[in-house]
Amino acid sequence: MMQELIVEADRMNLPQVQAFIDEQLEEVGCPMPAQISIDIAVEELFVNIASYAYGNGSGKAVVQVTVHEDPLSVEITFIDNGAPYDPLAKADPDTTLSLKERKKGGLGIFMVKKSMDNVSYEYKDGNNILTIKKNLN
Amino acid sequence: MGLFGKKDKKAASNLSSKSQLKIDDKKDGAEYTLLLEGRLDTITSPSLEAKINEAVGDASKLILDLGSLDYISSAGLRVLLGAAQAMDGKGDMIVRNLNQSVREVFDLTGFSNLFNIE
Repeated sequence: MMQELIVEADRMNLPQVQAFIDEQLEEVGCPMPAQISIDIAVEELFVNIASYAYGNGSGKAVVQVTVHEDPLSVEITFIDNGAPYDPLAKADPDTTLSLKERKKGGLGIFMVKKSMDNVSYEYKDGNNILTIKKNLN
Repeated sequence: MGLFGKKDKKAASNLSSKSQLKIDDKKDGAEYTLLLEGRLDTITSPSLEAKINEAVGDASKLILDLGSLDYISSAGLRVLLGAAQAMDGKGDMIVRNLNQSVREVFDLTGFSNLFNIE
């Protein structure tokens, strides 16, 4: 069954979005390390929408959670109708650079890509649709 | 009625405790220690950045004790990277007592190799 939360795309709503996700995860007995990884991914993606999707204006973010059984996995989709933007197209940060050379950008999406089992993006009917999937056992 | 009231209260406090960071600071000469407790995320990281900016001015050693830090996102990593780059050449920065989940984030992003970790 799919659960949905619609909130103003404002970073101050991050605790509400994470609480909504955690509630679904706790219900299915998601192990704590996976929950933390998912929480981080949710923060990175929601804050991205809050920061960039609507420029200086405002708009909504839709968060949908579906738990699949056998094998147990969770799928989370973020939808906004702001400017078309594929965050996955961004180059990964070079993690071998020295302290002086390391850049601050791109770390969030990079963590999402590395910690989730599947990440996909599409632009459809005026919406940015980003979906992550994590296997829970 | 009473039961519902209680329930609401609990949910509300869970939500507000969701994004919190406590920072204790200790100063011993030019050695600064910041003890972090809670979550270092988009909402809380500016407060750490402010504390670090204060300390970096005259610190020759900056110690970040993450023993009670449960969660770090890229917003927190950016603050730590900025601190390490600011201390580079003027003193030492040490990160200590990482728990398992914070350690995993450091490993994932290559930060384990960037910092002096105890």
